[in-house]
Amino acid sequence: MTATAFLRSTSRRPLAAGWLIAPLPLLIVAALALPLAGVVGWSVTRPSPGLQNYLGLWELRDLLWRTLRICGLTTLIAVTAAYLIAWSWVTASPRRRVAIELFVLLPFWISVLIRAFAWLVILRNDGPINGFLLATGAIDTPLRLVRNEFGVIVGMVHYMIPYAVFPLITVLKGIDPRLQLAARSLGARPLQRFLHVTLPLSLPGVVGAATIVFVFCLGFFVTPAILGGGRAVMVAEFVYLQIFQTTNWGAGAAMAVFLIAVVALLLLALRRLVALGLGSPAR
Amino acid sequence: MIRRLLLVAVLAFLTLPLLVILPISLTPERYLSFPTDSWSLRHYRSLIENPDWSSALLTSLGIGLVSALLATVLAAAFCIGLWLNPGRRFAAVQALVLLPMLIPGVVTAIALYFGLARLGLIDTLAGTVAAHTLLAVPFAVISVGVALSGLDPKLAQAARSLGARPLRIVLDVVLPLIRPGLVAAFLLSFFISWEEIVVTIFITTSDVVTLPRLIWQELRNNISPAIAAVAVVMTLVTLLALIVRLLLTARGAEARP
Repeated sequence: MTATAFLRSTSRRPLAAGWLIAPLPLLIVAALALPLAGVVGWSVTRPSPGLQNYLGLWELRDLLWRTLRICGLTTLIAVTAAYLIAWSWVTASPRRRVAIELFVLLPFWISVLIRAFAWLVILRNDGPINGFLLATGAIDTPLRLVRNEFGVIVGMVHYMIPYAVFPLITVLKGIDPRLQLAARSLGARPLQRFLHVTLPLSLPGVVGAATIVFVFCLGFFVTPAILGGGRAVMVAEFVYLQIFQTTNWGAGAAMAVFLIAVVALLLLALRRLVALGLGSPAR
Repeated sequence: MIRRLLLVAVLAFLTLPLLVILPISLTPERYLSFPTDSWSLRHYRSLIENPDWSSALLTSLGIGLVSALLATVLAAAFCIGLWLNPGRRFAAVQALVLLPMLIPGVVTAIALYFGLARLGLIDTLAGTVAAHTLLAVPFAVISVGVALSGLDPKLAQAARSLGARPLRIVLDVVLPLIRPGLVAAFLLSFFISWEEIVVTIFITTSDVVTLPRLIWQELRNNISPAIAAVAVVMTLVTLLALIVRLLLTARGAEARP
């Protein structure tokens, strides 16, 4: 028997490696899946059995609408800014590309807590922005830039931009540069070339990036809690407040279940789009 | 031209928080301010002198190192097990393993709060380490998985045909070959634990205080320049991990023929 024939004959019998594979999935079932089932249980049993916690979500429509509004605006701004960065990256020289990557990756490695702190410092009433505007006489009284929805959106946009840049770069890189030349030879001006060639071809990437950003935003906790100062409570902070301040475990659990259901639906929809070919890079 | 200006504005926006933290941490004043005439290290000194900060720093380092070790070992065992069985499909199990990365942090937090409360492990080191390991493990799985994807499964068969038992194959053949992936998994896991905050807020109260947990409390009570100094220290530790990783990958690339 030659060596290759021997290898082929052994390759059919898998190595017994269950003892290697099993621990991690077991840990995840025990430490995450089972407790999640327990949380679902809370949502329909506390304080009394029934669906009242879910029906009560309707009473929270202001909070849900606020979450939707903040996440929608954040997604819009972050994806637009990220598109600008990604498009500049694709058209830049190799050296400039490295510089852009550095600027995008740098904040990526800074803790979300520290970034919220920094924005609190920058945006507060006696912070540098208000100080500058007051000194130049542009305003008489400090602007309220933080401990409101504006501050939350600034912090969240800052957090989300890097996450949107990379999928957009992937898609924009895949667009054949000769299409630009073809459009130009037909007399299209830069703006026309962008609106009629690049933008439509990159739309799948925009949808993908926007979904990722939006899903991330829905569960944001630290940034709204610190930069919102209690005036911009979103879904995640609501869960926290229900568990630790009003000790209304059922309502907190129901909100968490609702959140994960929405996130799962959005991710499934995105997968469906990808399967239909809308999410794949343009050829 | 307009596009370039906009790009500069966006990149400046991304960098602004960093530019603010460093000077504030060096202010000689008690309150939040930018140093004007002189700068001082008093807020860094207060980190060492104030037992709250120094113990939080040690707690975070300890929890980070232990969770990173556990996450790396679990991920390596899982990925190597899959790699040894190339013919089989484990898509569902792989999705399950990545779950902690996909679920919103606050949902993981409430689930772990529920689970650890059942076990009486709220506000304990063991509970926090378990939670951080769970959160870091998907990232470790990805790092080790990438390293293994470049390794030919025939190697295992060759070793086996020479009479090596599975444990021997793993220890003597696979582990040495994927060492860069293991290091990457360890450092990434450490980073996840080092800056974890959402789950930690839910599962600790007063006994286990990590650095992010203490920053969170301070941010809600009194915002002092000491937080800026902590932020600089935290960022430096992260940078150190990144540099270690870069050096190791560079050395690994040289060592390879």
